[in-house]
Amino acid sequence: MDNHQYLDEDEILFRPIYKTGKGFYALACALAAIVLFGLIMYIRQFVFGLGETGMNEPVSWGFYIISFVFFIGISHAGTLISAILRLSKAEWRRPITRMAEVITGIVLIIGGLHPIIDLGRPDRILHLVERGRLQSPLLWDFTSVSAYFTASSIYLYIPLIPDIALLRDRGGRFHKLYKILAWGYDGSEKQKHALERAINILMVMVIPIAVSVHTIISWIFGMTLQPGWHSTIFGPYFVVGAIYSGIAALIIVMIAFRKAYHLENYLKEIHFKYLGTLLMVMSLLWFYFTFAEYLTTFYGHEPPEMRVFDYKFVGSYAPWFWLMVVCNFIIPVVFLSNKKLKTMGGILTTSIAVVIGMWLERLIIIVPSLANPRLPYPTGIYVPSLTEISLLAAAIAAFILGFMGFSKLFPLISVWEIKEGRKESVKEVTERLNEYLPTSKHVKVIEEA
Amino acid sequence: MPRYGMVIDLNKCNNCEACVTACKLENNVQIVSKENAEMGRAMFWIKMLIKNYSGNYPDIRSESLPVSCMQCDEPSCIKVCPVRATYKRDDGIVAQIYPQCIGCRYCMANCPYTAKVFNWFKDEQPVENEKTYNPDVSVRPKGVVEKCTFCIHRLQKAKEQAKAEHRKIREEDYQPACAEVCPSHAIYFGDLDDPSSKVSKVMRDYRKFTLQEELGTKPKVYYLSAMTE
Repeated sequence: MDNHQYLDEDEILFRPIYKTGKGFYALACALAAIVLFGLIMYIRQFVFGLGETGMNEPVSWGFYIISFVFFIGISHAGTLISAILRLSKAEWRRPITRMAEVITGIVLIIGGLHPIIDLGRPDRILHLVERGRLQSPLLWDFTSVSAYFTASSIYLYIPLIPDIALLRDRGGRFHKLYKILAWGYDGSEKQKHALERAINILMVMVIPIAVSVHTIISWIFGMTLQPGWHSTIFGPYFVVGAIYSGIAALIIVMIAFRKAYHLENYLKEIHFKYLGTLLMVMSLLWFYFTFAEYLTTFYGHEPPEMRVFDYKFVGSYAPWFWLMVVCNFIIPVVFLSNKKLKTMGGILTTSIAVVIGMWLERLIIIVPSLANPRLPYPTGIYVPSLTEISLLAAAIAAFILGFMGFSKLFPLISVWEIKEGRKESVKEVTERLNEYLPTSKHVKVIEEA
Repeated sequence: MPRYGMVIDLNKCNNCEACVTACKLENNVQIVSKENAEMGRAMFWIKMLIKNYSGNYPDIRSESLPVSCMQCDEPSCIKVCPVRATYKRDDGIVAQIYPQCIGCRYCMANCPYTAKVFNWFKDEQPVENEKTYNPDVSVRPKGVVEKCTFCIHRLQKAKEQAKAEHRKIREEDYQPACAEVCPSHAIYFGDLDDPSSKVSKVMRDYRKFTLQEELGTKPKVYYLSAMTE
């Protein structure tokens, strides 16, 4: 079939699906090699036991649980941001939502695998289903992560249907796959109405699920007696941290693919400025929670709690702790509150700093509490092994690879939503504005404009 | 139903670590390599917790106490186990089911006494150790959590013995290895609910305390504090 007859103004959004450069293959091969190496290291660990890691007693949880919390946190980029932006009818959301939702889908698979990697007996994973104890926070987690994955993949898929239909109509490679996935969508009024209804229901549903998922992950720690973990603030603290790291990851991904696929016309600076403002708000919220958490610990001054506190503030983990504060608070505030520094480069720097900072935050929450047991045992030492480091690298590589793969099958920016926006949103926004504004003169001004 | 418990008299304990050694041999606890032990993977079901050193070398006195699983009446490890691989028996012993454990190590993270140990590797002992293996205790596979069981296999044996002899189980029939071996008789073991048992008698001492009482885990391992001059 000749594709040219379908050339439309948003052709550039389809281009990555049909044209693949050499750079893409080179990068994909490099990433696949990293993933493969991680896989080999995991098989080694599977055969020889968890002794291949750097974990020990008392630090019985390490990189894997850190990555688990971190990646599930990143997943909040998608659903929450896209759902909230949709819900608040923010018009600038249109080119962003799809990427955000894809992040969620990929990262949830990667994050969800980490607790299994961490198991001493992954062959017994089905025990969770056969004889799981619902009283254990770990089972809540198992339930909530799988529910979240189900909800967010449907939430990714439903708004994708009209785009798949567009791809199906263009024919070419994979058109059979598109035909199945498009579910006979032809853009009729009735179908469109049903689609929009489904999106509306899903976006409302997905917000409480997303909030609950990270709350429950924090409860793995909050429900224990460990000093530094047993805190009521953990639920909201983790949710805030998750959204924070999610926005940062979203910005990085958007900038990268904007450059790679020349999407400057769709992802304009204004989008990044708005997201940057959101990031700034989350940074302040994060600082508020961190401050509240540690100040109450300090004033309570319980000896076991203080042992962990000192370990973080002035002890072995002080460099990491203060680096986290720099990455998560100082850099974002400096870069994002200053007009001169809030450029594309500044926003990218901040986002990278935040992602690193949030990873460090998970490290600082998990390891020091375990390293300093309640009884006066010597402080534990945790040094990650090559296995753990290569699996972290593999997880990051798998994320990029997954995203690249997705971009070769489906458009990274929701084409139909862009078209709809172009067609209808000016009218819609005008109508909406007229509703807000006091009647009389102003109406005229807008209509004239 | 009895409620088994232990009392350790710190006045009598001289930190000889005979209990530690006896426990390792009795329960086939893995002896790990030197490198792994240095990494903090040495496995003990009962170990010496050194609270303080005093004096100058070579006249050093260590203030320490043997710590095993506290066999809590309100165990925090059981609460978090996702697969019921650890549970409390009717006689109060907190037991482990090794074939059920998925090795998530959540119980280890939630034990305020750091009493649980994990099998980081497959149990591979030198050939010479074969002679010391206790056939009554199963060797744990890699990837599961284990801990002190109050030598539960000895209880099983004692019960069967008593049944065969048509009598009730006596206190001296069932003593865990650490209590049996202690050269200064610092460890008492028996039924806490039986007022005539030796443990309940020594427990009626004003020196009695448990570790981290404030957490409400209700340990069944009691200590009698050491008297100082």
